[in-house]
Amino acid sequence: MAERGVRIRALKAAFPLTVPIALGFLFLGCSYGMLMGTKGFSFVWPMCMSAFIFAGSMEFVTVNLLLSAFNPLAAFLLALMVNARHLFYGLSMLGRFRGLGWKRPLLIFGMCDETFAVNSSVHVPEGVDRGWLYLWVTLLNQSYWVTGATLGGILGANLPFDTDGLDFVLTAMFLVIFLEQWMGGDTGRRGRISALIGVGVSIACLVLFGSDGFMIPAMAAMIVLFVALRPWLDDLAPAAATDGTVADGTAADGKETAR
Amino acid sequence: MTMTVLQGILTILAVVAGTMLTRFVPFLVFPESKRPPRIIEYFGKVLPYAMTGLLVVYALRNTPILTGDHGLPELIACLTIVALHLWRRNMLVSIAGGTIVYMLLVQLVF
Repeated sequence: MAERGVRIRALKAAFPLTVPIALGFLFLGCSYGMLMGTKGFSFVWPMCMSAFIFAGSMEFVTVNLLLSAFNPLAAFLLALMVNARHLFYGLSMLGRFRGLGWKRPLLIFGMCDETFAVNSSVHVPEGVDRGWLYLWVTLLNQSYWVTGATLGGILGANLPFDTDGLDFVLTAMFLVIFLEQWMGGDTGRRGRISALIGVGVSIACLVLFGSDGFMIPAMAAMIVLFVALRPWLDDLAPAAATDGTVADGTAADGKETAR
Repeated sequence: MTMTVLQGILTILAVVAGTMLTRFVPFLVFPESKRPPRIIEYFGKVLPYAMTGLLVVYALRNTPILTGDHGLPELIACLTIVALHLWRRNMLVSIAGGTIVYMLLVQLVF
């Protein structure tokens, strides 16, 4: 019974965080399912692809792969390149996912851009289980995407109302999470400098390399800059002891003793 | 569809393998049982901020700055979001407000 209460409290905390993603994913998933429908695939294809690949942009790319010559090695390498940013998500979440047992592989499997953005920035409320909160965000987001893709594949035609511009909801969410991190007082200067590096390097690389190839150079440049700036960023603020992994570690310890 | 169903399934499995490798590698290289090197913990603290910044740029990467409407709908919608967030600091209000402004702009104005 206690476990059930823990799950429900975490679900109540998680659901509001995923509402914008529900809107964006149902819509984008639907357009993805329809795209596959117009290319002659049954809804089973977008349903399975959205469940197992679960990386939005890569699924759109895979539609084209399925329509060209059979080359699984090229498909594998392309997936590595398109999704290289996940490596950084993993590095960011090493501490937060520590000690979460069976939930951990599920959290890693389902860590798309939007789930990462929410889980990496969320402040776990008092009395809410960290692992369940992360897991609900992950599962809810994936269920929106799979539902959207499957519905789109079944409908196969245009939606009955004008949805032009609705996909902006995900852009809006990333921007709001960015603002939240910027205004969040607990991280101070280090967080803001890191955020500025992220935006500045990305814009510079976007201008230099164009929209299709800027992610990997941007990630490489960020790592170089962060290594170079480490003497200033690493022990700016006593925050080193009070935020991120360490804080999460203590929260987990607290929970362990409570049980 | 030019491939056989089996070839299609193999292609998808290759994409799944590539995607999952990018998600699992950091956790396999730095397992829970061992404390990761200090520099990796440092990356874990600064990267979330930088990656959110990258995601904002990524989401806006195809905005036509030099042609068409010069990205005005995006600019106006983003400014709306910033203003709403400074005013109410409510994530859902800011996201909904910005999205509605953007949809109205691309459907009715531009």
